[in-house]
This record gives sequence, structure tokens and C-alpha cells, in this order.
Amino acid sequence: MSNNQTEQITTEIWRETPESDNPFAAASCFCGGYDVYGDLLKNASYIDYLYLLFKQQQPTPEQSALLEGLAVALANPGPRDHSVRAAMSAGVGGSTHASALIAALSVGAGNLGGSREVVHTMEYWQQCGTSLEAWQQLIKEPPQLGREDVWLPMEHAPGFDPNGVSCPTPVKQTLAHLIDVGKGSHLQWLNDNRTALEEFAGCPLAFSGVAAAALQDLEFLPEQAEMLFLLLRLPGAAVHSLEQERLGWRKYPFFANGFKLNP
Amino acid sequence: MSVHSKLEKFEDNWRTSMGGWSLEGKVVLRGNDVFKELNNSSWMEYLLFASTGKKSPQIARLMEGMWVICTSFPDPRIWNNRVSALAGTARSTGALAAAASVAVTEATIYGLKPIKGATDFLYRADKRLAEGEDLEQIVRAELKQYRSVYGYGRPLVTADERVEPMMNFARSIGCGEGKYIKLAFAVAEYLAASRFKYQINIAAVCAGLLADEELSPMDFYHMATLAFTAGAMPCFIDASNQQEGCFFPLRTARLNYTGGEAVKHWRV
Repeated sequence: MSNNQTEQITTEIWRETPESDNPFAAASCFCGGYDVYGDLLKNASYIDYLYLLFKQQQPTPEQSALLEGLAVALANPGPRDHSVRAAMSAGVGGSTHASALIAALSVGAGNLGGSREVVHTMEYWQQCGTSLEAWQQLIKEPPQLGREDVWLPMEHAPGFDPNGVSCPTPVKQTLAHLIDVGKGSHLQWLNDNRTALEEFAGCPLAFSGVAAAALQDLEFLPEQAEMLFLLLRLPGAAVHSLEQERLGWRKYPFFANGFKLNP
Repeated sequence: MSVHSKLEKFEDNWRTSMGGWSLEGKVVLRGNDVFKELNNSSWMEYLLFASTGKKSPQIARLMEGMWVICTSFPDPRIWNNRVSALAGTARSTGALAAAASVAVTEATIYGLKPIKGATDFLYRADKRLAEGEDLEQIVRAELKQYRSVYGYGRPLVTADERVEPMMNFARSIGCGEGKYIKLAFAVAEYLAASRFKYQINIAAVCAGLLADEELSPMDFYHMATLAFTAGAMPCFIDASNQQEGCFFPLRTARLNYTGGEAVKHWRV
């Protein structure tokens, strides 16, 4: 780091040109080489722009349809989901709206149904590919954390729901739709081998498992998949939080009778 | 078909020994009445008991010294503090600034990962020493596997100015002579003489001091989570009190674009 040189932000994603009267305002912005306000604004869908931001290239129609389907499937996990409950807990107390989303992100980041689970599942994909034997082995002997990390170790096979009974209908519907529109080989393999994998895991496939397979088909890196999964699940958290804020804490469960303090 | 979920027995049924509040107005923490048994605790003693179950004014005082000396530099260039300064300049709220700064403090090159990692390393190293390995073997193996040793080396500068004042404070309250802090400095001595040249940083010092007080890596991690807020808050306040948007503004020329220059056109 030199003191004499102007420090810069290095980016291969974003380029700007200044307004002639203000060097602190952009006159044009380019993302991956595309003029954002001169071209994308008129011509690109939101989902395609999202893909472009991560990948710096325009998606194929199949990639676009796959990401679109995934975004719809994940947009609202519903008010019983941990991350949405976190957002609603902000809402009922009259907390700031940003805090509701922070709450949803913090809770939805975890190993159980959250973005960290997607990361782990992506790592399984990277390690096992489409070898059923490799999946069986890795589920049986999962990787151990080598050095203390801030994350807790996984307590179940990633991509599967340890509290599930059978694969829920929406998970199967999502898997079928994403195969239909995306033509992805990982999703297809997951569908073909779902029951065997569920047997290895001892529990049913979860949304996180479908999302990881879809993002593997889209060739996202695990860390990109983690970010995208967090982003895509926020709309539901936002609207449920706003709804509970409007309704107030009196209409929201406090579990008054469910809390038992051991003597 | 009658199938029952594993979750059924937990419906409206959360059992805990950690504590809680009753409608009658009693508050309990780890079996202690907060109003009767913990009411004279300092906040740090309360946090220590809440996080670890330990009641120790000595550890609380040591921890408090660490928070003051080591974790709360009010410099808005430091990345976690910078988030609070940005929140201030963008006219967000203090709590949102603090929440973001705390979350960002769970970093790799500073903050919570080195804190937890250094404690873990010292415990592992001590165990391997007890099993007959020598220090050089242990440190070399760590470097070979992870390419770094938590608690040693530092971004921007090599020496850590916090080490001496922290050790002075620790000694002033009767700490700093245990086997783990000695081990932390023994590792530093080895690294300084090796080709790696890493110097000890404050994470290893705090880890050694707290390991000697029998705090686990998780204990230290839980305690340290809020430790950085006293550095972040002044950065938020300062930026809030200055002209809005004036915290290190960037002109467009400050973007060093490394992608392709060709302008592409979206296929519709």
C-alpha cells in the first residue's frame, strides 16, 4: 500500500464514467460490459440482471428459466420458517425494517435450512459429482472441521431435513419444475436418485438440497450460492414482518404456556 | 397412514435451565435470581456468568481490560468500524450500525475467527506437547495444513502494539504467568526465529491469558462477540455529526475496472 498513490477499488464487474459537472456522480454504469441504464433497464429482466451480476454474462434461456423458477420457489419460505419468524419478531416489536431483514439473514444463514447448508451441499456436489457411492460414503463419513471455525459442525446430511418425515410436496414440485425448465443434469440426477440419497441421509430432501443442485447446474461457486440463497429468501421475510408489525404483538405467539424453566 | 414428526413433542414445549422471566416478575439466569443474587454484579461479570456459567470477578476484570486495550480502537478505517461510520454518514441508525459492525467482526484476518482459532490452537498445541511432540513439529504442521497460525501475523503492520499494555494489565491483576500464555510466547519465539517471521498478535495473547483461566474457545468466542462495539459506536457518532455523505467519498475514477473494455448489447 503506497501513501503517494490514489487508492482504488478494483472490480471486474462494474465500470462508470463521470458526469461532466460532477466527478462523484456516474453518467453511465456498465455491468459485465452492458450499459445498465441505457440497455439493461429496457431490455433485461430482473432475474437475468441478477445472473449477469454474479456471472458477468447473459444467461441462456434455460439458465434464465432455472434461476427464475428457483427465485419463485425460494421467495417466501412462509411464516413458520425460522428466518421469517426472525423477521416477524422484529416486526411485532416495532423494530426498524432493516433489522427485520438483518434478523432474517442472520437466522437464515445457518446449517439447518439456511445458506450455510447450501454451501455444504455444494461442497458435496463438488466432491461427489453424480457418483451415488461417493454420496453414500460422504454422508456416512462427513468431513470434519479441521480447525476451530465460527460455524458449528453440521448435525445432519446437508440438503436434507433432519426433522422431516417424507419429502414434502412443494420440494418435489420445485424439483420437477426446475428439471423441466432448466434441463440441468445435477437436478435430474438428484431426482433419479432422491430416494436412495434419502435413505443414506436417513431423512428427506429439503429445499436447500434442491437449491444447491440448481445452483450447481448454474455453475455457481459455493460462496456465490450462499449469497444468492440469502438474497432470494428475503421477500417473504419482508412482507411477513410488515404484516405482523401491522397486526401487533398481541396477535403473535408468545408461547406463554410453552416455556418451562427447569427447577 | 399414521406418521409422527420428531418435532411434535417440542410443540409449545421449550424446556431450559438457562433462565427466563416469569409473569410474576422473577428473573432467573442459570438458576440464580437476577434481582437477589446477581444484582451487584458488574455488567461484565453478568455477561461472563451468562455466557460461560463462571462467576469470577477476576476473569471479568481481565476480559474488561482486553475489551478496552485490544478491541475497541475508534478508527473508522478499520473494516468493522468503517461499517458503522458508513452507517453514520448515510444517516442510518446506531443499532443498525452496531449490529452490522458486530456481524462483520466475525472476520478471518482480525476479530472473532482469530480469537476462537488462537484459543483452539493453544489447547491443541498443549495437548500435542503433552503427548511428546515438540513445538517446532506442531507449528510446522499447523502452517503446512492451514498456511497460517491463528494469533500470529497481522495485516498492515508486523508488530502488535497491544501486546505489551495487555500483558502489563494482566500482570497488574495477577494474571499472565500460566502455562498457556507461556506457550503463546514460546510459539512467537519459534516463529520469530524461523523463516516465517510472524509476530505474535493480540489474539494469541488474549487466548493464552483466558485459556489459563480455563475458558474454552467457545467461551472466549461468545464473550468476545460484543467486544468491538465500543470502537464502532464512536465512529458512527462522529460520521453522524459531520456533513452527510462526506465520509471518504469516492469519485468514479476511484474504480479500477479490470473487466473487458468492449461494450456489449443485450440480446432480446
